[in-house]
Amino acid sequence: MTDPLLPEPMAVLRFRRETRDTFTLELDARPRGGFRFAPGQFNMLYAFGLGEVPISISGDPLRPAVLTHTIRAVGPTTRALGRLKKGDCVGVRGPFGTPWPLDEAQGKDLLVVAGGIGLAPLRPTILSALSRRPAFGRVCIAYGVRAPAELLYAKELERWRGRIDVDLEVTVDRGDPDWRGHTGVVTKLLRQFELDPPNTVAMLCGPEVMMRFAARELEGLGVPEPRIYLSMERNMKCGVGSCGHCQLGPTFICKDGPVYPLTKMTPLMSVQEL
Amino acid sequence: MEIASLARSLAEQPFCKELTQAQVEFLAGCAKNARFEIGDYLFREGSLAESLYLVRSGKVAIESYVPGRGSLKVDTLGPGDILGWSVLLPPFRWHLDAQALEPTLVFALDANCVRGKVQADQSFGYAFMLRLLAAASQRLMQARLQQLDVYKAELR
Repeated sequence: MTDPLLPEPMAVLRFRRETRDTFTLELDARPRGGFRFAPGQFNMLYAFGLGEVPISISGDPLRPAVLTHTIRAVGPTTRALGRLKKGDCVGVRGPFGTPWPLDEAQGKDLLVVAGGIGLAPLRPTILSALSRRPAFGRVCIAYGVRAPAELLYAKELERWRGRIDVDLEVTVDRGDPDWRGHTGVVTKLLRQFELDPPNTVAMLCGPEVMMRFAARELEGLGVPEPRIYLSMERNMKCGVGSCGHCQLGPTFICKDGPVYPLTKMTPLMSVQEL
Repeated sequence: MEIASLARSLAEQPFCKELTQAQVEFLAGCAKNARFEIGDYLFREGSLAESLYLVRSGKVAIESYVPGRGSLKVDTLGPGDILGWSVLLPPFRWHLDAQALEPTLVFALDANCVRGKVQADQSFGYAFMLRLLAAASQRLMQARLQQLDVYKAELR
């Protein structure tokens, strides 16, 4: 990264619709010699003439030739990104932020808890862990979404579920008549894994309220608070801790986060004014 | 002999973890094993609540039928979960449907028997209702979180 405030144009290699309002953009990083990042980091994506949005990198860190983001269209900029086609250009700044502590999880059980679009920032972690699977104890994934039609990476979920060395449980808040899986909140799934709680590293990403409830459940199960990590989201703008938009108490989420140990976030998340 | 065997298995259920051995044996007098195949209903909305269930294995969907939309699942229960506190609350009728999504083994506790024992032995009744309250509290907390609809797309 040369000037962190200067967007770099990158071409769309592939556009894939994931759900009604969510899509995955694969960008061509070959002309720049690949795009290296650590799982958990994010980029600022610039829809030319409209604006920038912070989007977590959701691709495989071992495939630096392709830079992947999964995006939910909720505002003008993300909707514009959703209209891009193969060959179109998007501005990219990054990578920014702190990574998931995958090295700390080595030799321990790894628990990934994702809610909704929160699976996207965790996907690089899962892919990394699976690429060196023997380095971990159990690898467990709990994933919750609103409804069956909103599941991300459906084919990949099937592949992960088919592995004998991965425990994957999926739940939906609202099950339709054809749904045969779990219905209910993601926190319910956590009791089902045969984890060694004191020897578990948990990584949580999703709506903040979901992470609070999941963290409480994990502490109840005996997972030590310093081994619970979560990815926070605020109004990231500059990406380098200069503008102050993403300040949360004494920390800037774009620079000091987005991945934090729960011990740092517990006192801040309980302050509603922050 | 059969009750002693049931009591041993019942004691392993999370619901019974904080009951004394004597209380579990007392409860076992109301229990029998039951099995439901995929698609079987444990109970249907409006019918008389005749058994309280402790799920041993399998998966049960709690559903509500919505005209035009079919049977919508509001929750699923699995091993260790308790199902059916309607047996203790008038008018002793089910408010929802419960359907087995997988082959499911349960302990079925006879409603009249449980009600009788809860009233006859207040110490047992208090311990039993406390366990039930803990399960209901956890279920209520989960339902509240579910009601927040936290995954709804919002512009920030």
